[in-house]
Amino acid sequence: MGKMNNNLVQIADGIKFIPGASAIVAPLNKLINWGRAGSIWPATFGLACCAIEMMVAGSSTNDLDRFGIIFRASPRQADCLILAGTITKKMAPVVRRVFDQMPEPRYVLAMGSCACTGGVFDTYAVVQGADEFLPVDVYIPGCPPRPEALLEGLIKLQEKIMQEQGRWSNLV
Amino acid sequence: MEQLGIAEQLREKFTGSILGIITHRGQVTILVDRKDLFRICQVLKTDHKMTHLNCLCGVDNLKRKGAHLERFEVVYQFYSIDNRTSLRVKAQIPESDPVVDSITSLWTGANWLERETYDLLGIVFNNHPKLERILTAEDWEGYPLRKEYALRGDKEWKGLEELREKAVRLRKYDFYGAQIEQE
Repeated sequence: MGKMNNNLVQIADGIKFIPGASAIVAPLNKLINWGRAGSIWPATFGLACCAIEMMVAGSSTNDLDRFGIIFRASPRQADCLILAGTITKKMAPVVRRVFDQMPEPRYVLAMGSCACTGGVFDTYAVVQGADEFLPVDVYIPGCPPRPEALLEGLIKLQEKIMQEQGRWSNLV
Repeated sequence: MEQLGIAEQLREKFTGSILGIITHRGQVTILVDRKDLFRICQVLKTDHKMTHLNCLCGVDNLKRKGAHLERFEVVYQFYSIDNRTSLRVKAQIPESDPVVDSITSLWTGANWLERETYDLLGIVFNNHPKLERILTAEDWEGYPLRKEYALRGDKEWKGLEELREKAVRLRKYDFYGAQIEQE
């Protein structure tokens, strides 16, 4: 057995692969987090100009697919909501409904100044930050943030997911 | 100038209803009393082939000074594709009774523009097929583009307050929210 342990290949923090056996050895918590961090599926949902940058981030230059980030057309298949743009008060209940339709685990990224704080639109019509009605995980500043910044935010989210404890059972 | 000719013809036809003719940088504007607005628009469309309504919007004249200016005005931009002429018509609307005839029956494109003007300035359009708010929420209170309306609004919209309550109510179903609730 000792000899076999020496052959284990570490593929991520605390996750080891046994060559030749097609098996992975890891604590369940880490394994689940690793799987989730490598398959963030955001809902295809844009609110304003930030959505343009979000689309660019998804296209070939930056290519979100290589991180396992694939845009899903339905919130029921998604586990991440990227709030790309200004959230008007009239739109806010709709945004909340999209979030409510998503199954656990679900994450929220506030992309751009508007989604983070309302930005320059300190007016009667705009919600002053998405965290007024949503649990935001990562804030990405910028107006709009460059695709690299969105990428950075998604990597931050991956790091956050990797640190989670027991987000897969009420028994833990 | 052709635009000016149209304006002068209108002045002869609707004596008393044309309050003024303004020329600025080759653009002609006529100030109009609202009671004859619909008939003037009819004449512009049929006699002067103003087949295209470029734009329709409302203005709050609260701090503006000028002859014949009422509290509000509705600005119509007409363009004749056949004659390549354009004309601007401004209908004056008093604060006490902010009502003007709808021109949706002449230019269908005016429908949503009039709704927007109603939504943001509270100007009521007679005979409009569906005069409801279009940009703000259905149960919005007040008219945001009126000068007395505060930039951040006087009070919060009911819908957002309900949403905030809902967010607190549903927090226990959220992973991190549930942890906060427990503490």
